[in-house]
Amino acid sequence: MAEFRMPSLGADMEAGTLVEWLVKPGDKVKRGDIVAVVETQKGAIEIEIYDPGQIEEILVPPETKVPVGTPLARLQSEGEAAAPAQAAPAARAAAIAAVPEGPPPPAEQPVPPPITAGEATRGRASPAARRMAQMQGVDLAEIEGSGPAGAIVLADVEWALRGALAPAGQKRTPGLDPGAMRCAIAAAMARSKREIPHYYLQHEVDVTSCEEWLERANAVRTPSERLLMVALAIKSVALAARRFPAFNGFYQNGRYEPSAAVHTGVAIAIRGGGLAAPALRDADKLSPGELMPRLRDLVQRTRAGRLRSSEIGDPTITVSSLGERGVEALYGIIYPPQVALVGFGKVVRRPWVVDGAILPRWVVTITLAADHRVSDGHAGALFLAGIGRLLQEPEKL
Amino acid sequence: MNEDEIRKILQEELANIAPEADLQKLNPSADLREALDIDSIDFLNLVTAIHHRLGINVPELDYPRLFTLDGAVSYAASKLVGAK
Repeated sequence: MAEFRMPSLGADMEAGTLVEWLVKPGDKVKRGDIVAVVETQKGAIEIEIYDPGQIEEILVPPETKVPVGTPLARLQSEGEAAAPAQAAPAARAAAIAAVPEGPPPPAEQPVPPPITAGEATRGRASPAARRMAQMQGVDLAEIEGSGPAGAIVLADVEWALRGALAPAGQKRTPGLDPGAMRCAIAAAMARSKREIPHYYLQHEVDVTSCEEWLERANAVRTPSERLLMVALAIKSVALAARRFPAFNGFYQNGRYEPSAAVHTGVAIAIRGGGLAAPALRDADKLSPGELMPRLRDLVQRTRAGRLRSSEIGDPTITVSSLGERGVEALYGIIYPPQVALVGFGKVVRRPWVVDGAILPRWVVTITLAADHRVSDGHAGALFLAGIGRLLQEPEKL
Repeated sequence: MNEDEIRKILQEELANIAPEADLQKLNPSADLREALDIDSIDFLNLVTAIHHRLGINVPELDYPRLFTLDGAVSYAASKLVGAK
């Protein structure tokens, strides 16, 4: 018997609101399946399940706020017989003791709307979405789904309702609450500046070889296969992080634990204000060509407010790249409990001395913000220089 | 395909890239990157969409010709005429 619990999606998260279930009792799930949507300060997060099995009982109804660690559902593991019924009360008590938000949820599972002819031919929709659509008289056929495989989820219906109510011209991305996101950023950054003794280093690197390599590589690639400098930046940091474990891991409960895996958080700006740094997992093991589509997908889902739990919870180091419209250098604030952030400024054309001659070269300023409880400037300098060296041979990244 | 149809397709794709933007208010001769706050990944998504929907494989050297909506429309129109 396994319990599926409210996950911790970052050190600053104490509770989350279960927005909707994407599974029902009896459904078989496998590792990595998205089973629920949880609203946090970072937006609506799609929660993946780790243990394969069959959903036995849903313990927490939608629109309920519960603390991290609260059992949300009971799961019958593969090959396991159905559990005796008396196993339930303890778990249920925990869910009831949770902090309710807003009006109490209905005691019994509402009856799903009857399936009418023709409905089956439409796209999938979650039970919560159907219920809300029926209550509000919204036609599901007119709603575009943003859930798994294009399924319509509750947020889509709410978005459609808001769209109908909001004055024309005012738009808001579903799943993203700028005010809540600002609070989350404020809490994490204030904690970082309060607890982490940052030190900063800066390194100017000639990346002409990267620019030339990208130009050659992209000339023979279709747009969907093209690479950007940021993919090389992420890969170089991930490789260096593997070699310098003092910059890749978590500082928690007074001690540092390096991480064997390298999951690079990528700082993604939300237009109109806001920031999230979800993980590109195992970035050290992926080629730039493999990183690029994942990065594009991650950026799109971050801005749409549809991140997955594994992406939010576990970046081991963060990369922040200002891009071509930015400025030359950034001095990052470490995202706790991580211990390092590598910043890339805008790539600029500069006079540069190469073999005694002054030549126009493409130059980027790379910065490191690191935790002085874990590493010193000397190690930081070696780490940063290592990133610069890796960028001299982009074909090997 | 005429320029109006091309413009409609480009506006649809820009709406996918920057759903929060009000494209009715977009100045067609303004730099899209500034006006819509789109970054290099967004821009690559626009180039990819042009490839998928109009069949035009825009080389990187031609990217500056897509920096405004008007520029992108006339660029795409010229490529579609050339292909006939």
